[in-house]
Amino acid sequence: MELAAGSILYLDGVSVSFDGFKALNDLSFTVAPGEMRAIIGPNGAGKTTMMDVVTGKTRPDTGDVLFKGDCDLTRLDEAQIAQLGIGRKFQKPSVYEKLTVTENISLALSGDRSVYASLFWRISPAQQIRVEHILEIIRLTPQRDMIAARLSHGQKQWLEIGMLLAQDPKLLLVDEPVAGMTDAETAATAELLKSIAGEHSVVVVEHDMAFVRELDVKVTVLHEGSVLSEGSLDHVSADQRVIEVYLGR
Amino acid sequence: MITWRLLSSARGVAITTLVILVATVLVPALHLLTPSNSALHIPAHVMALFGKYLCFAMLALSIDLIWGFCGILSLGHGAFFALGGYGMGMYLMRQIGTRGVYGNAELPDFMVFLNWNELPWYWYGFDQFWFAALMVLLVPGLLAFLFGLLAFRSRVSGVYLSIITQALTFALMLAFFRNDMGFGGNNGLTDFKDILGFNLQSGSTRAALFAVSCLALAASLLTCLFITRSRLGTVMTAIRDAESRTRFLGYRVEAFKLFAFTLSACIAGLAGALYVPQVGIINPSEFAPANSIEAVIWAAIGGRGTLFGPIIGAIVVNFGKSWFTSVLPDIWLFALGGLFLAVTLFLPQGLAGLFKMRARKPVVPPIPAAQPEAAE
Repeated sequence: MELAAGSILYLDGVSVSFDGFKALNDLSFTVAPGEMRAIIGPNGAGKTTMMDVVTGKTRPDTGDVLFKGDCDLTRLDEAQIAQLGIGRKFQKPSVYEKLTVTENISLALSGDRSVYASLFWRISPAQQIRVEHILEIIRLTPQRDMIAARLSHGQKQWLEIGMLLAQDPKLLLVDEPVAGMTDAETAATAELLKSIAGEHSVVVVEHDMAFVRELDVKVTVLHEGSVLSEGSLDHVSADQRVIEVYLGR
Repeated sequence: MITWRLLSSARGVAITTLVILVATVLVPALHLLTPSNSALHIPAHVMALFGKYLCFAMLALSIDLIWGFCGILSLGHGAFFALGGYGMGMYLMRQIGTRGVYGNAELPDFMVFLNWNELPWYWYGFDQFWFAALMVLLVPGLLAFLFGLLAFRSRVSGVYLSIITQALTFALMLAFFRNDMGFGGNNGLTDFKDILGFNLQSGSTRAALFAVSCLALAASLLTCLFITRSRLGTVMTAIRDAESRTRFLGYRVEAFKLFAFTLSACIAGLAGALYVPQVGIINPSEFAPANSIEAVIWAAIGGRGTLFGPIIGAIVVNFGKSWFTSVLPDIWLFALGGLFLAVTLFLPQGLAGLFKMRARKPVVPPIPAAQPEAAE
């Protein structure tokens, strides 16, 4: 438990099984405030299930999931966890296709999310500036009034990251942000994520090794629902067990 | 595109509201102030018929609020309409007093017929108009709230929700058919005499009912417009298009659905309450699942997600129904089916889309540039 103090995300002994299949098996790791962490692993290693557990979509069978050292996430639902300050980007770009870019972002702006408050909500000048700022960060200022359906795949991924920023989360979980992106877009996305880390903690799940190398952060390798290896990319790449898992099949 | 779409939808709503408000004054005036042999005279039965259409239009509007904007397809909305109708019917029954066949001041005829000695507790208060008016909103609203609370919290959605709403209205129909429920069994409630002391058969009462229906429809329409244009409406649309995304943004999806569903049921209940005095009867067949499905068809034909479309759809379809069933009674269901097919195939946005296409030509250049709508 003493490890939990001072961490932004703390998982200890988390197990989840679906019909006997252990998706997560005694998974433990911690993420420090402001840290960016890359999580890699072969298919079925439990990366997405780990995100589901942290964001409240899936309840773990056993184990602790703590946010900021003392907040038990296993008791909360998705909306409560999101309001605490954990944002999630899905693998498939998940934006509101029929709304404009600006509308997508302003819907995600942090604030009172009750039915009543929504009925009388007006965007404040400060929030307006924030939206402008986010549009610049995600490089979609020229597309601000375009409906999201007309954006390219990469732009949709960025828009979703912009929506996460608008939520002003303490922790961002980003699932395969560069899948399907061109090399130039991948490099730009790495830049974008690096600029976000520091202010926010970021956990990136990724397959693309070139991208992970570009991020240049601590890497956690998952295999069969638990941590196989942890350290710099060079360190884990030299790890005999990691080589077996990746090359042995 | 979206800003323009919103504008056009608001314009459609504005024009529809204007037409309704003109009708509020004009139709009763033409009925009351012109001699019955005049070409401009609107006979009582025609006014009552259109009054009925207005109530159906409110029902279609209430369906559009949840289906068109929040993605909740209720196939049991007729239940809320009928409950509102029963609430009003109970008040009208109590107003009959000693003028019933059995002349019992306290008990409605069917209760005397069943040898009941006293009024069931749930009939108390319905001799007061204000109480009945409250119940007309409260009972459908409360049922929708409880039903929605259970359904939305367990995350029942899509077809499963549609099926249980259908089961809800079917169960209520069976219950209301029973004599010992105390709502008149399969005969329902009828033989109404007066409302607030005014004779229901008189021209001026009918004109007033018509005008009140117009105003209620206009008020519901504007309320829905206000809601759908607020951030609440954007969240509803967001839930419709990507429910789990909305949840991960921190919105309590079930709370938003519950609000929309409950409000929608209240509008449906009000529609039912205005319907009953104009048609003179309410019976369990109003709960029939087919009625609810028909109301969904009105909304689909009119154009869902536009608010004014379903109003046009309800009036057009019901006018067609009245006309066909009197001229070519055997053809009506084929005509309805054909209309539904034609709209689905050629007018994906319903009749409202027709209106938009017409409005569109001068507004948007033929080949849209990168963002022609940025000017707003």
